[in-house]
Amino acid sequence: MIDYDLVAQGNQLALSRLLTEVENGTQSGRKALDDFFIKSGRAHLVGITGAPGTGKSSLVSCLTRVFRQQYSMSVAIVAIDPSSPFTGGAILGDRVRMRDLAGDPGIFIRSMASRGALGGLANATAGVVQILDAAGFDVIMIETVGAGQNEVDIARLAHTTIVVDSPGMGDDIQAIKAGILEIADILVINKADRPGVENTERALRANLDLGHTVMMNHNAGHATVISEIESQRKDWIPPVLRTIATQNSGITEVVSSILDHRRFLEESGLWAVRDQERLRTEVEHQLREELVERWRKTVPAEKYEEVLKKVYARKLSPGTAILTLMGDYSL
Amino acid sequence: MAEKKVRVLIAKPGLDGHDRGAKVVARALRDAGMEVIYTGLRQSPEMIAEAALQEDVDVIGLSILSGAHLVLVPKVIELVRANGQNDVQVFVGGIIPDEDVEALLKAGVSAVYGPGTSTSTIAQDILAKVSVD
Repeated sequence: MIDYDLVAQGNQLALSRLLTEVENGTQSGRKALDDFFIKSGRAHLVGITGAPGTGKSSLVSCLTRVFRQQYSMSVAIVAIDPSSPFTGGAILGDRVRMRDLAGDPGIFIRSMASRGALGGLANATAGVVQILDAAGFDVIMIETVGAGQNEVDIARLAHTTIVVDSPGMGDDIQAIKAGILEIADILVINKADRPGVENTERALRANLDLGHTVMMNHNAGHATVISEIESQRKDWIPPVLRTIATQNSGITEVVSSILDHRRFLEESGLWAVRDQERLRTEVEHQLREELVERWRKTVPAEKYEEVLKKVYARKLSPGTAILTLMGDYSL
Repeated sequence: MAEKKVRVLIAKPGLDGHDRGAKVVARALRDAGMEVIYTGLRQSPEMIAEAALQEDVDVIGLSILSGAHLVLVPKVIELVRANGQNDVQVFVGGIIPDEDVEALLKAGVSAVYGPGTSTSTIAQDILAKVSVD
């Protein structure tokens, strides 16, 4: 059994075991999520995303050191790496870049495998973050799977999303595509000592300018519904910052920017908006899982297989199959 | 959705700079469906124990080629047990002279795998020893 008091007191063994329960979706893990919920909502959730090899883990390590040394804030890190789609196994290697953080009781690092989820996080990441939040960490950094263009779930979970790029990752067309760059509250060009850094910076800045112009038009006349992220962009232009994580260069500026962004969110009321948005997503996500699970229980397995066989034989489309089953078995 | 995975920490204590063996084993355990946390070269026993604690691993695999195993391995086990992780299994791989194996087993190591051990043996051993319920 997990002792909640020990978790609240910062006992790492109790916390660590609880995180495993949550990650595995066990009964006691679910119960802990219910019981700890009221204590959550205080931590600053900072997401770090970007393509593989841009230096996310190294950057997280540098940022954490600044949070600890200059601001005395406690930091939890959740680092996600991909699970193999074939065996379900995973190599979780983010700690390799975080070795300098060892031995500090104010830092807690947890590696997670994505376990089949496709949005850059694991399904249990939100739960793990909620427990770390309730356990009292000031800042929780969430490092996503090395992301391509569409792994944008982090923006829904984090208050502040940092997108890490590095020189030589693509031209200005990559920069204006929808997806990962749109979710950035802060853009970091890591490995800024590499050739091509000016081009990367120019492309990113040009993209931000384009985005800004379009938004002005929205506001100018028509009753366009402006999403939370868009309306936020109006007042918060994501800074483009250069870093060299291996030389610890440019790091304090990124940390200041993270703290500025938090202040901006709080003063503009967007902190609450993002929080509500996240909780709404969470409720809907859980609702969907719960409904599916309950309904599946009402359908006899052999009946389900029988309908599936008709789909295999191309006699029923998947859509008709579901409607047929739902007609026969309702909740 | 309840899902339990075997979590393994593969660590290289001490000062030797060769991690090919550690990586081969890590890869094999990944392919056997385990979640393997790899922490890189030159880890102190304290760093290894801390990682094992925060990651709540079931198994720790230590790879040592430097000859310092009789010092480092018991130290890791002592720290891990002091943290309250009494059920974590520790296995050792690398260059371990036959006459030292007994001492390591006495110190609480559950298995020693020398050069030539097949990776599937290691994976099967681990899966057999760790009760996943």
